[in-house]
Amino acid sequence: MLRFIVHRLIYMVVTLAAVSVVAFVLIQLPPGDYADSYANKRQQAGAPITVQELDEMRIRLGLNRPWYVQYGSWVSGMVLRGDMGYSWEWRRPVVDVIAERLPLTLILAFSTLFFMYAVALPIGIYSAVRQYSFSDHAFSAVGYVGLATPNFLLALILMYLGQKWFGQSVGGLFSLEFQDAPWSWARVKDLAGHLWVPIIVLGSAGTAYLIRTMRAAVLDELNQMYVMAARAGGLSPLHLLFKYPVRMALNPILATLGWRLTYVISGAPIVGVVMSLPDTGPLFLHALLNQDMYLAGAMILVYCALTIIGTFVSDLLLVALDPRIRMEGQT
Amino acid sequence: MVDAAQSKPRRGGRLRRPELATQWQLMWWKFKRHHLALIGMSVLAMLVFLSVFAGFIGPEAPFNRNNKFISGAPMGIHFFDAEGNFHMRPFVYARTTKRDSVTLRKFSVVDESTRWPLRFFVRGASYKFWGLIETDLHLFGAEGGFIHLFGTDTLGRDLFTRTLYATRVSLSVGAVGVTIAFILGAIIGGIAGYFGGMIDNLIMRLIEFIRSIPTLPLWLALSAALPREWTSFQVYLAITMILALTGWTHLARTVRSKLLALREEDFALAARLSGCSDARVIFRHLLPAFMSYMIVDATIAFPEVLLAETSLSFLGLGLREPVESWGVLLYAAQNIRSIAHMPWLLIPGLVVILAVLAFNFVGDGMRDAADPYSK
Repeated sequence: MLRFIVHRLIYMVVTLAAVSVVAFVLIQLPPGDYADSYANKRQQAGAPITVQELDEMRIRLGLNRPWYVQYGSWVSGMVLRGDMGYSWEWRRPVVDVIAERLPLTLILAFSTLFFMYAVALPIGIYSAVRQYSFSDHAFSAVGYVGLATPNFLLALILMYLGQKWFGQSVGGLFSLEFQDAPWSWARVKDLAGHLWVPIIVLGSAGTAYLIRTMRAAVLDELNQMYVMAARAGGLSPLHLLFKYPVRMALNPILATLGWRLTYVISGAPIVGVVMSLPDTGPLFLHALLNQDMYLAGAMILVYCALTIIGTFVSDLLLVALDPRIRMEGQT
Repeated sequence: MVDAAQSKPRRGGRLRRPELATQWQLMWWKFKRHHLALIGMSVLAMLVFLSVFAGFIGPEAPFNRNNKFISGAPMGIHFFDAEGNFHMRPFVYARTTKRDSVTLRKFSVVDESTRWPLRFFVRGASYKFWGLIETDLHLFGAEGGFIHLFGTDTLGRDLFTRTLYATRVSLSVGAVGVTIAFILGAIIGGIAGYFGGMIDNLIMRLIEFIRSIPTLPLWLALSAALPREWTSFQVYLAITMILALTGWTHLARTVRSKLLALREEDFALAARLSGCSDARVIFRHLLPAFMSYMIVDATIAFPEVLLAETSLSFLGLGLREPVESWGVLLYAAQNIRSIAHMPWLLIPGLVVILAVLAFNFVGDGMRDAADPYSK
């Protein structure tokens, strides 16, 4: 057990290191650098920048150094001082910019994850038990459409319907009066009132997928001989259902928790952009478009780290849940 | 041959003989039992047909601006006129342009007194059929006026025609992307599965690594890296490559696991003992045995590529005008104000849903049919 955890931990650190290289290479890929894009902006504003100023800027920002030196100082700063670099666009340390918006992304991601499982598991079990009933077919139909609808399109449709029927914008996460207010109980309640729309948008496809998986898993178990034996033995149907088939069916579902988290994290930016949420989505897109290198790189790293940690957690969960894996290597 | 062993009489008196049928025939029979998959298949066939003949079926040219009908709502086709009289030939009501006396903005009103009858095979805007033959023949059109089934955008361009062209581009991105992913997955998965050991371990770690990176941020970062001055065609190729780059992992896994299982089979050993080369064993003996699973995986990957391309283009980081794809069209519907005034801009999105649904159904049917011997 301990060996397993240590093994996974080492693997996680190695993956994180690899991801940091990838993130850095990705943000180095665009032709030109921030200085170029800054010069471009100044040019358009009618106040062109001189070549000398441009060179000075490069030296000041360290852009003239080879990429591995830049990478080295980036990573060492991150590991040693928790410093992720400086956002030129925001003129503030990257850590501060991200720290401001990351909580909302996390709240959104984890509430969505919770929503997905809370909705999908009961429906999946119900559909399996009442196979081919009207509600089973109805859930399947809704699920198919949910799987096929791109997140942003669902957001657009909900926003349109909200506008049309309620005459209010469902975008954003706070009402006007709470936009810049400090955290308080009332603000939390306001957030909860707004959060359900992005949660549905972000979670619909994943929920549909989970329902299908859960339904199939429970159905598989229901056809096993041991279920028949238990039924013949006189166990009450409900007790039987939750004690054995559901319990067994949960394993593959929880095993993929990490992937579901990856999926939610992956979809979060686009929902954030479309619904103009004050989370990391618009921040990330903006940073990419403006070649705000360290901010974009840090965001990629944060997104990846979240999914890698999520996979780690789901591995642990699986070990806790499935004795067959737990016992492995001990016998 | 499990349950299929009994011959079932078919319509027309022909006997279905499972014991004589080829593997692919068995699969087709099984696939046909999946009604949703058949429906999905016909929807896809229709979409492909529409997009192949986009120039002919669309009544306008994609970039023609109709100055008399800017931001116009979809025009309904009628059989009954305002007085309730029936007309054999369907028609649309005429639209006239008025100017708002205060804002001086032009807007169009429905003129129910004038009918524009619809006709087949009318002459309209000229286009090059498949880039070869210059012609101006269109499948249908309104006599004396114009017809915009899906309405027009803020520049007065016909959304119906543009959706047809966009379907062509989006489906082609999907097809090319899936093909590249297919080839990559087959080669890399094949190497991993056939040679095993160290190489296999390395490749599997690589796949795990790629899968742990959230796809959308990765795609966004990659497409943001494309030079701005690239032509739209270069961007098109690059985006397709980017989507294929992360799509191959699933296929590679399938190929690997099937190869690992099959290379231990007697027939593979027999082939090797008879002196077949590695390549011949793989391509002649092993590959046909799991080809069906690869096709299933490719079908399932297709809608993912479609959705990815649409999302990227929608954010403005994917394809760009003058290339038209579903995402490019939806880019116009990005903010709530334009949707509130022109909800028809979302119609291309409905086409996306339709296409992805159809692909999912076909994928489901194929997954069941991939192993025709199971119940």
